[in-house]
Amino acid sequence: MSATSMTVPEMTVPEPNWVLPPRGRVAMFCLIAAEAAIFTIFVVAYLFYLGKSPMGPQPKDVLEAPIFYSICLLSSSLTIHMAVIALRKGRIGNFGAWWGATIVLGAAFLYGTASEWHRLIYREGLTISTNLFGTTYYSLVGLHGSHVIVGLIGLSTVMAFTFLGKVSQEHAERVDVLSLYWHFVDAVWVVVFTVVYIIGR
Amino acid sequence: MSTDSIVWPRSESLSRPFVDQLHEWITTVDHKRLGILYIVYALIFLIIGGVEATVMRIQLIRPHNDFVSPQVFNRMFTMHGTTMIFFVAMPIVFGFANYLLPLMIGARDMAFPRLNAFSFWLSAFGGLLLYFSLLGANGLYGAGNAPDVGWFAYAPLTSLAFSPGHSTDFWTLSLLVSGFGSIGTAINIVATILCMRCPGMTLGKMPLLAWLNLVMAGLVLLAVSPLTAAQIMLMIDRYLGGHFFDTQAGGSAVIWMHFFWIFGHPEVYVLVIPAFAFISEIVPVFSRKAMFGYPIMVAATVAIGFLAMSVWAHHMFTVGMSSNANTFFVLSTMAISVPTGIKIFNWLATMWGGKIVLKTPMMFAIGFLFQFLIAGLTGIMLSSAPFDWHLGNSYFVVAHFHYVIVGGILFALFGAFYYWFPKMSGKMCNETLGKWHFWLFFIGFHLTFDFMHIPGLLGMPRRIYTYEPGRGWEIWNLIVTIGVVFQTLGILVFIYNLLSSYFRGETAGSDPWDAWTLEWSTSSPPPAYNFGTIPTVRSRRPLWDLKHPDDPDWKYE
Repeated sequence: MSATSMTVPEMTVPEPNWVLPPRGRVAMFCLIAAEAAIFTIFVVAYLFYLGKSPMGPQPKDVLEAPIFYSICLLSSSLTIHMAVIALRKGRIGNFGAWWGATIVLGAAFLYGTASEWHRLIYREGLTISTNLFGTTYYSLVGLHGSHVIVGLIGLSTVMAFTFLGKVSQEHAERVDVLSLYWHFVDAVWVVVFTVVYIIGR
Repeated sequence: MSTDSIVWPRSESLSRPFVDQLHEWITTVDHKRLGILYIVYALIFLIIGGVEATVMRIQLIRPHNDFVSPQVFNRMFTMHGTTMIFFVAMPIVFGFANYLLPLMIGARDMAFPRLNAFSFWLSAFGGLLLYFSLLGANGLYGAGNAPDVGWFAYAPLTSLAFSPGHSTDFWTLSLLVSGFGSIGTAINIVATILCMRCPGMTLGKMPLLAWLNLVMAGLVLLAVSPLTAAQIMLMIDRYLGGHFFDTQAGGSAVIWMHFFWIFGHPEVYVLVIPAFAFISEIVPVFSRKAMFGYPIMVAATVAIGFLAMSVWAHHMFTVGMSSNANTFFVLSTMAISVPTGIKIFNWLATMWGGKIVLKTPMMFAIGFLFQFLIAGLTGIMLSSAPFDWHLGNSYFVVAHFHYVIVGGILFALFGAFYYWFPKMSGKMCNETLGKWHFWLFFIGFHLTFDFMHIPGLLGMPRRIYTYEPGRGWEIWNLIVTIGVVFQTLGILVFIYNLLSSYFRGETAGSDPWDAWTLEWSTSSPPPAYNFGTIPTVRSRRPLWDLKHPDDPDWKYE
């Protein structure tokens, strides 16, 4: 095995303070960059097709801004931040409470989306195939909603481990990486909300 | 040390039953094995894609040929393009990155070994999904079978009305699945390079291959995602009755082109930047000189990475964009030739005054330099919108991008094969066969792709299944097809060389080329853990420092 034979003492001078960025955070930022590119394409499509539907319900006729549920989602960024801080300090009880609150707020947002879609489909007659507005609206909001669902699955997994008593202070870094994803999902909603409910109307 | 506690897969696997070995390979999370899996998988698809190209060239050898039907011809060029880009070039690039990066930065594996395996199998099943269309995509007469919408699948050809059956769905799904695999691998590459370097290897002391792969992975993150988004939209159109690309309902066919080429052009750089990386490792070692202008090479690569995101619509000059858009994309396309030119000069300056060793890897590298230069020059010709209006969608364009992909990327890849084969297998490649491979492929390449420019200039459009006699295209098409014979012979020599050298080649030893980067400091093939002790580096050429303790590089960097 020449692997060690080539390594003479000169090569193994100990390097003081050799610190590299944590791989979990780097990977999550990469994933966020890739996801941001996907959302950019859908947002561009939405903006490009604004007002191009030849017929059918138009955004200004049927859309109502889901302000309450948006506040739910955005405040969940705050609760998840509090949860990570609590876990860093080793306060598992506080962590569980803030984490649970985050899940409840995320679920409330999903309920908001679901009830809005129910109204649009059954009362306004707008489906994904009705017109261009329907196609772009359901795909953009649906893409975001699917990310909320994925985030909730991740959060619930951590919640289950918390109930089983498997989460401790040493997991703060990993939990923080997951919280980055949740912050991203929230930040995307700011963009989607602006595009769909402010510019789009 | 008790021997039973140490897993020593190589020596043991020789005596193990085949099923056990297969099981080891399928369940592996080792970056070296996954790298080899990627490469072998890509070589199999290279042969399939090559057969498809050969079928097209036989069909075009003379006017009014009827070797295949028009429908089959459409399927051939679609499958050839899709296969070569997504299931040959991408996996082979990822394979080398997987194999080499941890070794070159002094790490024991990639940052996320299981994500690595997951990404490989996603890509692998993506390729199988594309070819499963031959069995599974039954539809109306003439619409079933393999996808036939071209590799960029312009709308509205992909709509249900024009592509009934499921062949287009197989195309979409396979790209979606392998795209997720590509994004996973790109995340892994970035995390590995940034977070797994051995002590002392600051960003400025990384091998150029690591720098270039970092830029490549960043481009994959930003470029493959738009394709994923566009494929999701296409699925919504085809399965849920959406109207993204449905011009009858206000949708736009042009926006598909934009979305596709926002992926499509950076993709070219995703493939060519690793080719630059191979050349940047091979040229210094076989010129016996340190790389000329390391910081400029890094800067030029990063510049290419940024500019690559802003040139996509030069694929769309013939669509009829506004003159402002045309001007922007003409200028950005011309601008990207500047950092690329800087690289060419750096490689030449590295060779200048060096003691050039003309081994097979270096011959392919020199071939790359000249052919990539010519490819870049025809690229600058096409970047001029008025010129492109005449030649867009002609065989001139086909010749141009094959010059990039075959004359540039594939030559660099062959160089990389000959350079790192001793490390991967522990055996030297046969030099004589390597030179036969080079000359046969070189002659075949130039016969095919030099002469392919001419029918393009004479007005021959791409993707036609046959043509009328009397337009002056016959002789050129004949020469182009004759070139395929030489290329095929070259590839056969290459495959035979790989196999025979693997089984009967000379033992390589850990450092057959007297090279300077860390992968040559461990045994060939490297043990599962790569390095007995994690190395510490002080310069860009750690093995130079080791071999020349009286005159180390770190004194001058």
